[in-house]
Amino acid sequence: MEKRVYFRSSWLPWVLIAPQVVVIALFFFWPAAQALLQSVQQSDAFGTSVDWVGLDNFRNLWNDETYLASFYTTAIFSSLVAVAGISVSLLLAVFADRVVKGALTYKTLLIWPYAVAPAVAGVLWLFMFAPSVGVVSYWLRAVGIDWNHLLNGTHAMTLVVMAAVWKQISYNFLFFLAGLQSIPRSLIEAAAIDGARPWRRFWTMVFPLLSPTTFFLLVINIVYAFFDTFAIIDAATQGGPGKDTAILVYKVYFDGFKAMDLGGSAAQSVVLMVIVVALTVVQFRYVEKKVNY
Amino acid sequence: MVERRPWLTVLSHAVMILGVLVVAFPLYLTFVASTQTSQAIVQTPMPLLPGGHLIENYTAAWNGTGGGSGSKAPVGQMMMVSLISALIISLGKIAISLLSAFAIVYFRFPFRMFFFWAIFITLMLPVEVRIGPTYKVVSDLGMLNSYAGLTIPLIASATATFLFRQFFLTVPEELVEAARMDGAGPMRFFKDILIPLSKTSMAALFVIQFIYGWNQYLWPLLVTTNEDMYPVVIGIKRMISGGDSEMQWNIVMATAVLAMIPPALVVMLMQKWFVKGLVDTEK
Repeated sequence: MEKRVYFRSSWLPWVLIAPQVVVIALFFFWPAAQALLQSVQQSDAFGTSVDWVGLDNFRNLWNDETYLASFYTTAIFSSLVAVAGISVSLLLAVFADRVVKGALTYKTLLIWPYAVAPAVAGVLWLFMFAPSVGVVSYWLRAVGIDWNHLLNGTHAMTLVVMAAVWKQISYNFLFFLAGLQSIPRSLIEAAAIDGARPWRRFWTMVFPLLSPTTFFLLVINIVYAFFDTFAIIDAATQGGPGKDTAILVYKVYFDGFKAMDLGGSAAQSVVLMVIVVALTVVQFRYVEKKVNY
Repeated sequence: MVERRPWLTVLSHAVMILGVLVVAFPLYLTFVASTQTSQAIVQTPMPLLPGGHLIENYTAAWNGTGGGSGSKAPVGQMMMVSLISALIISLGKIAISLLSAFAIVYFRFPFRMFFFWAIFITLMLPVEVRIGPTYKVVSDLGMLNSYAGLTIPLIASATATFLFRQFFLTVPEELVEAARMDGAGPMRFFKDILIPLSKTSMAALFVIQFIYGWNQYLWPLLVTTNEDMYPVVIGIKRMISGGDSEMQWNIVMATAVLAMIPPALVVMLMQKWFVKGLVDTEK
């Protein structure tokens, strides 16, 4: 779509667009190009010499067991976050849609966590589950579970997944609620008159009609789990114990800034870029033709 | 409600109340912990009702007199850093996106679509995939430990530009014609017609971007090494890096509550625009 009527000026549009273009050139495209370049180079620890190594960095990554393990960790983490987050919010949204009295109160109380910074969310959950002082870990011990996410990788993973899901529930909830409210009442009423009970109506009508929303949220939640959970992990477990919760983004940060492996970190950045591009393409293809069952 | 099913209504309320309780529990516990002494928290299980040390804990956190290991920077100072950065980021994003969307929609110039796609592609380059080189650019420009370094690299916004472009395309062309006929130049048209029309979109974006700016973590973690420039989110993380036992959880939790208040207020007070902003920015 284009405007037929426009203003004429040879210099004004350049001035208007300049701030944005300068920022993206300087802080987006130049660094991204640098990352691409560094990913095929190897510099020594003091940065005095730089060698062209071609695809060696990528080959090293491929042979690096900790990197493959990080891929595996990320896959587990993001599927758990997406599936748990979507199921819990769908459940809440379906019941919230039924509630007449107090609906606004419930909604207001549920959208809270969206405002909480991921790092703060990590600290909150860490506090509840801290082996020595945490209230929840105390309760868990009372029922016979010796909770210690500092030693047990499964516990640590559970902790970061819970914190990440908690933070994302409000977002999913709002989208599901909007989706539910856009389903025509007459459809549901017709089914009810034909004798379909709520349970049956949900699985045969509401859930299929929500599939575009669900698919959209699936992509968004995977992107969220991949890229926006760094702060939760850094605050709650710092990738530990060992590397059990070190997702890809955490590893890029750690290798680049703590272990100072520039080439390896840049190669990892490039792999991440490919993942983002793939996810974005999926997301926008979906926007173009809405998935309907 | 399609039909009357009393048990289902009861179940709905039960599920909602349970959901709200689970979602709110971490926040409640944080608040309780922020009103206790650090000794009371360390004695497991910690009390589950608010204690009487609210004022002293918050004062200690605000002024940075809280002892223990880790950072002791005053929270008041860090809140100020967070507030200023969040405002620069959110208002800056709105400003530069408005201008570039205006240029792209209302003018014809070479490389117009090239710029549009260049802005659009930044969606695929989150900080996480280019942290090393971006850090290097910022440090070469001498912007470490400054508001410029904290905010300018985050100020470009593909979503906001896209949103304003979509909105401008729906503005009737008769308005431009009328403005031109009345002798208004482009900037006059922008200021007196487009900006007033875009107010709702701006409010919606502001809520989302303010929260985005306030909650930044990875970027400030890299570019601030000086305690004076820590945003409060980083400050909390530094406070807990001292170890499990000697930590002053009451002060940490008071800081966490303080750090949550401004974005929560923005969401609560601007709830209508918040929901609109969420839905719009994902289109």
